[in-house]
This record gives sequence, structure tokens and C-alpha cells, in this order.
Amino acid sequence: MIKTEKLTKVYKSGATEIRAIDNIDLQVRKGEFLAITGKSGSGKSTLLYQLGMLDIPNHGTIHINDVDVLKLSDETRTKFRLKELGYVFQDYAILPSLSALENVMLPLLMQGESKSEAIRKATKALDRVGLGDRINNLPSQLSGGQQQRVSIARAIGHEPSIIFADEPTANLDSETSKAVLEAFLELHHEGQTIVMVTHEKDYAVLGDRIIELKDGKIIADNKPHHL
Amino acid sequence: MSFNRGLKNFTTDFKVAHFLAWREIKRANIWTTILISFVMTLTFLNLIVVSGILVGLIQGSEEANKVKYTSDVIISTPKQKNYINRSNSLLQAIEATPEVQDYTARYLESVVVEAGYRERTNPTDLLDRSGGSLAGIDPQAEDSVTGLSKYLVEGLYLEPNDYDKILIGSDLLFKYNPVESPGFSLLKNVEAGSKVRLRIGDLVREVTIKGVLKAKVSGIDQRIFMNQSQVRQLIGRSDYNVDEIAIKLFDPKQADNVRDQLVRQGFAENAVIQTWLDAQPKFLKDIKLTFALIGNMIGTIGLVVASITIFIVIFVNAITRRRYIGIMKGIGISRRAIEFSYIAQSIFYAVLGMAVGSLIVFFLLKPYFDLHPIDFPFSDGILVAEPLGTLIRSVILFVATIIAGYVPARIVVKQNTLDAILGR
Repeated sequence: MIKTEKLTKVYKSGATEIRAIDNIDLQVRKGEFLAITGKSGSGKSTLLYQLGMLDIPNHGTIHINDVDVLKLSDETRTKFRLKELGYVFQDYAILPSLSALENVMLPLLMQGESKSEAIRKATKALDRVGLGDRINNLPSQLSGGQQQRVSIARAIGHEPSIIFADEPTANLDSETSKAVLEAFLELHHEGQTIVMVTHEKDYAVLGDRIIELKDGKIIADNKPHHL
Repeated sequence: MSFNRGLKNFTTDFKVAHFLAWREIKRANIWTTILISFVMTLTFLNLIVVSGILVGLIQGSEEANKVKYTSDVIISTPKQKNYINRSNSLLQAIEATPEVQDYTARYLESVVVEAGYRERTNPTDLLDRSGGSLAGIDPQAEDSVTGLSKYLVEGLYLEPNDYDKILIGSDLLFKYNPVESPGFSLLKNVEAGSKVRLRIGDLVREVTIKGVLKAKVSGIDQRIFMNQSQVRQLIGRSDYNVDEIAIKLFDPKQADNVRDQLVRQGFAENAVIQTWLDAQPKFLKDIKLTFALIGNMIGTIGLVVASITIFIVIFVNAITRRRYIGIMKGIGISRRAIEFSYIAQSIFYAVLGMAVGSLIVFFLLKPYFDLHPIDFPFSDGILVAEPLGTLIRSVILFVATIIAGYVPARIVVKQNTLDAILGR
């Protein structure tokens, strides 16, 4: 499903070069729940951005569903992201001028769905994350946990191949974090491929595979029961 | 196939843009919306009203010249002649023309008006003198064609049997035209009821001023009007040949037609036959063009200011939403859809401003200026706002707004997606 070879991202700060990720070879199988962990600055978010096509690496290749995504044009990359990928960001990243329903509808409309079909699918996605009764609320009328669930509903509404989640529980209390992670687990049990960045080992073990990064390199790649 | 896919993508982008723009507008701060729309309304008014009033000054003068002096068709004496030969047959032809509603014939002669001769103590003292044109008229016919009696500012209108009584144009009186200039002589201490002397060549006649006329038209304000029977006697015109004929038509649009009919009948040999437009002085046409140009220049400056305003508003809006634009790009919303959404917001503000501006122009300002023209020394200024001209200016403002909305959106949308999301 995802395959990278010698994936490298270098940031330049004046004369200094920082290798945020360094020659990473990685494969993620269909239906896998991969947790990426590591300390702050280890490169885990950078890796997620490259895998999720939000950034372009300096070296290496990325294949998603057998497509060499780095060779795609800008427009095609955008369409590929729209169709194949879903994102859940640390700070929810939902649009403040759109209601919960409209936030989830947006990618569906962009895929060419009719308005009625977009409403139907968005409502279903919001129901799945337990927000069926808040669909017309604006983000400002929702709690942090509810906003993150809107973000998850938006990520799954158009049924993508892979969901990328960047520290989805970082801004939530433990109770709400559990609810969000349960939503991920439920999706995973239904066969959804998930790549999640977290610095919380307790949450990482919920995945069925964990990789740990240090200085941009994978230093461990384990099943949770080995931890 | 490719064209169909392109069209489908375009339609989808358009739908998403509409979806985003409408919600942005609906949930925007109401005062921000009002402020931007107010700026657009002022810009629209600047485009329409400034040039409209400048052109209206001249158009008001044109209208006044037509209504108060030339009427729809004006027939005058050729330069090399003393009067219109065969005036009687011409007047009969005019009467026989079905398009003609009414006409007035005028006898004209140069005259010097003298005042202050009763008060002077020394016969060698200089008199108040002013030169003008003496017009012999039929008061009823003149009033019917040009409404001359309406322009009285003092005294009474002429009666058909008045003798030794005149109406005098206000430009000849210092009271109404207080200009002190060497070589420019006006009558002082003269008003309705005053006695003045008319000097026509060697002939001198004392008359009483029955009324003073002020019409902001030189053909009235610089003339002296008298009953035509007495003028004929004074100038010795026994053949009834007149100097000027103003013709009022049932339908003013027939002016060209009536002029051509009279020319075809051979009257152009003895007279200059013109429509009111033909007779318009060239300097008026030149001033009108110049004022229109100045109006357009001022309007263009207004347009640039409006474009910059829209640019700033959309740019600030896009910059403050840079992160959300990044998120939209991240989740797969196309650049074009995002750009369209900002253009749609600009269009909303432009259309709202133009709609409010149009209502103000056509339902408030234009009716107001029609009823209460601006009192300029040389004309009564009206507001000229033709629907076609307004439409053209609206289209220009519309296009400027689209560009001003698109450019900042494009600048922000082009930025790196991840940098926008992370606020870097």
C-alpha cells in the first residue's frame, strides 16, 4: 500500500543542514494500523507529511497503491490526496466558517458528489463518530474532542485508502483522547489503513505495528506485544 | 473526452467555490460586509455621479438653449444677408408642415441702450450704455414656443398692445451681472419701471422697462424684447421679412425631418435652417467632451482606489485564512476552487455596491437633481446618468473587482501547502 525507499528530507537553516528524515525504507500494508513514535524533533511528523504528500522529500521514492506519487503533477497530486488520503491534524484543522456537516461535505463535493449525496455521506460519517446530533453546529460551538471527531469524520467521509493522523490526541484530555482512539480502532477493525504519529507510548500500542524514530532514522520496528 | 473532463472539473470547482464563498459571506461579520459594500457603493457613485454632473452642467446648458431659445428647429439669417428673404412663403410652409406644433418669428436689430440720462447734471457726463440685440416678437407666440414669460425675474410680461415697453435681458444690467471691466459696459441703477433710451442707428426712442429676464441663455439674457409691430416701425421693415424663426414640433425627434423638408422646398437659399443640435455652439460640444474626459479621469482614479480597497480586503482575508487555505489544499480542494471562492466574494461585494449605488442614482439623486438643478452661473446643472453609460461603467467596475479579488487569492493559494498549514 505504501512503500518508501531511501526517503530523505533535509531542511536548511543558513549554512546548517538538518536531516529531518534520513534514508528511510518503509512499507505499510493494506489494513495496517501503523503508529510512528519518537521524541520531539525525531522526524515523525516530517515522515508523516512526506507519506501523506503534504511535503516533497529531497531524495527517495514513495509509492502509494503502486503509484509513484512524487512523479505526479501538482494538480494530480491534489486529486490523488482528495481521493486516496484522509487527514486528522493535531489541532483539528476544520474550517471555522463551515458547520460540522459542511466541513465533512467539502471533500465529497470536491469529488463531484451531488449535494444530496454529500449530505447523506457526511451525515453517516458524523453519525459514526457520535456527532449525529451536532451536524449543524459551527466549530466554535463544539468542544475540542468534538472538533477532532469532526476532523475524523471529514477524513473518513470520502472513504480514503489511508488515513494519516498527526498527534490526534495531543490537545485532548485523557477521556476524550480515549474516545478518539476508540474511533480509530473501530475504523481499523473495519479494515482501514491508518498511519498515526503519537509521542504517547500508551496510545502507540493500540496500533498493530510501531516504528520509533530518532534523528530521522527508524531505530525500532515492532509489534506492540514486543514492547 | 478531455474537454468533457475539463468541463466537469471546472463545474465542480465552481460549485465548491460557491459553497465556500456563500458560507464565508453568510457567516462574516455583518459590519465588515456593510463597510466593504459601502466602499463599493461610494466607488460606483464616484464613477457615475462625478462625470454625470460634469456632463450635466453642459447638457443643462444645451437643454436650456433648446427649450428657451432655438426650440427644435431654428431658422436664421445668412451671414451675408440682412434678413430672411421670402419670409412670408417660408412662414406659410412652416404652418403647412404637419409636424409643427407652434413657431415664433423674430425681428432682430443691433441696439444700444442708454440709462442715467435723466439724472446727469452735466450734458458732457458719460451715460450708462450697453449694447445688445433688439428682438421684435409676438409675445404670445414667443411664450408658446419658448415660455419666455417664465424667465421674468422682475416686472411683467409684454402684452400684444404694449407700446414703448421692453423686456430686458439680465446680462445687460449691472444688478444681475456685476462685472467691472474696461470695454464692458452695463446699465447701473436700472430695474423694472426704469426709463431707458434705445439708440438704433440715428434713431433714439425712450422706452420703459416692463420686465427683466434671466434664463441663463445668451439668446435671452443679452437681448431686449419688444412688440414686433413697433420694432418693424423702428427699423423700417415694411416687407414683413423676419430675421429668425424658432419652431416647436409635436415630436422633437422629427427635427431632422422638418429641416430636410424645408431645405428641399428651396428655403435654404435665403435662410440657415438648422436643428437645435446643428445650431449648438461648437465650444459647448468641446466643453462637453472635455468635461466627460475629466469625469472619466476622476472615475478612473476612483476605480483604482476601489480596486486597491478590494485587493487589500481580499488579501487581508486570505492572509488571515492562510492556514485554512493550506488545510483546504491539503485535503484536496483544488487551487482553482479556492481562488474562485475569493473571486465570488469580491463579486458579491461589487454587485451589492453597484445595486445600492444604482438605486441611489436612479431613484434618489437623478430625480432630485431633475427637480432641483444645481445653480451654476451659466446653466442649471442636472445629473446625466444614461442606462448604457451606467452599464458600461458597472462592467468596468465588475472586471476590476474580479481582478482585485483574484490576484491576492492567487498569491496566497500559491504558497507551499505544508508551510500554510503549519503557519510557517
